[in-house]
Amino acid sequence: MSVLVVVECDGGEVKKSSLEVASYGSQVAQLLGTTATAVAVGEATEANLAKLGEQGISKVLYDAEPRLKDFVNGAYTKLIAAASQKEDSKVIVLANSNIGAAVGSRLSIRLQASLATNVVELPKTDGGSFSVKRGAFSGKAFADVKLDGERKIIAVKKNSIEALHETGKTAQVESFSAQLSDADFADAPKQVVMQDQAGGILLPEADKVVSGGRGMKGPENWHLIEELAQALGAATACSKPVSDVDWRPHHEHVGQTGITVSPNLYIACGISGAIQHLAGVNSSKVIVVINKDPEAPFFKAADYGIVGDVFDVLPKLTQAVKELS
Amino acid sequence: MKFLVCISNVPDTTTKITFTPDNKEFNKAGVQFVINPWDEYALTRAIELKEAQGSGTVTVLNVGEADTEPNIRKALAIGADDAIRVNAHPKDAFFVAQQIASIAKDGGYDVILMGKESIDYNGFQVHGMVGELLGIPTVAPAMKLDMSGNTATLEREIEGGKEIVEVNTPFVASCQQPMCEPRIPNMRGIMTARTKPLKVVEPTADAARTEVAEYALPPKKQGVKLIPAESAGELIKLLRNEAKVI
Repeated sequence: MSVLVVVECDGGEVKKSSLEVASYGSQVAQLLGTTATAVAVGEATEANLAKLGEQGISKVLYDAEPRLKDFVNGAYTKLIAAASQKEDSKVIVLANSNIGAAVGSRLSIRLQASLATNVVELPKTDGGSFSVKRGAFSGKAFADVKLDGERKIIAVKKNSIEALHETGKTAQVESFSAQLSDADFADAPKQVVMQDQAGGILLPEADKVVSGGRGMKGPENWHLIEELAQALGAATACSKPVSDVDWRPHHEHVGQTGITVSPNLYIACGISGAIQHLAGVNSSKVIVVINKDPEAPFFKAADYGIVGDVFDVLPKLTQAVKELS
Repeated sequence: MKFLVCISNVPDTTTKITFTPDNKEFNKAGVQFVINPWDEYALTRAIELKEAQGSGTVTVLNVGEADTEPNIRKALAIGADDAIRVNAHPKDAFFVAQQIASIAKDGGYDVILMGKESIDYNGFQVHGMVGELLGIPTVAPAMKLDMSGNTATLEREIEGGKEIVEVNTPFVASCQQPMCEPRIPNMRGIMTARTKPLKVVEPTADAARTEVAEYALPPKKQGVKLIPAESAGELIKLLRNEAKVI
């Protein structure tokens, strides 16, 4: 009855958030006195899957069916359900990603499991009860949630668990077939369009984010954001007003109705800090605010701040980062 | 075509979050409730599609107690044709999904829409549960939805991109921007909403699978450390040596 961990792969690599999920799963397994098995989805290489041993995974199941390279809700759900039956898993751990939420919610019905999403800590298992801490109210609160029943599914919020790295340990990779049929691919994509990522860093997966607001005055000034982001190895983001007027694409919008990010470092440039924006970023570990208005509400939520003109401050920061290395 | 739009009743986005003294429930006192912002995309898009088709109905569904009715009326004012309220406290996502699935099954709806998640519980669960309970596809989260006959073309957001997906009715989609520009009610809408049917039904199943033991607020920030703009470069040193994030 091993703990089953769903790892998402892309272009052969295991996603960073899935390394965290694997580490979470192996620690739950330890807590329950069992082992952790991973089931991989997306395009993976055997070598990278074997390396999941470093996150405490003993075995990886991988179905090389080519149509599983892209996300298909029906097929992924069936594959993971089959893996959980094979492993007789009572606990399934996945990422609180678009894929994780889409699959986890269907699985919870199919396997009659309780489900907690947006989970930020390892479970507590005192006295027979099983509870997890999860983010609620758009980052403005946490809830301790008791999960009932024999089976549980946990979707782990990105960047809330430190990934383990036990160098040299390897997992055994096993080929696995869920006997998928054409019907399982009913929602297969006709086309997949990947964004053109500045510096190749995906916003939802990023450790560091440099974000701009209306204070940037126009899209022609975004090179200042991009240069700092590039120097830091950060992703770029923006506030809602900026994506509303099409200075930046929608997928960069962080906030209440945009993307929620929780990087180690979030640098807000010319963003006043409306409560709806804070909802998307307030679980970031360190928040830096640069704004020429000392009364900007964002300063109240910040760890570090510079009251100054972004056009003056940003080049200085970029220069200082370059001097570090 | 019959559209079912599921809406939840949530604290306004600017609400300061507090809890009851035992920390078991959200403190509703003095709080303004709104239609969940994500659900507004689902509602407006359903109305737009119905208008484009020139026929059909948009039914709004809420699982909640009587205090949610002002927002159900608001959804009717925005342009839904009728509404159903399942008279129950929404215990958890599974509980809500069972009610929606039951109504959807009885009503023979072609398209079931809802927002990506509610801004209070942030579950992002109900869409998939409803799809699975009904044995129909779910597309989540959907950024675009077009209909041609019984076939829908959707853009599903994945990390770092999007998938173009085609499904036939019936299906479930959880909606998010930039699907449409959410509408606000106009005066005529507000007047006609008063007489549109709002049916109240009792819950069909009682089971929940999770329970909130306790809510807590995040630890308070220690306060901002300000660095003079002239020596902005100092910030980078602090981020490396003090905060240790670069």
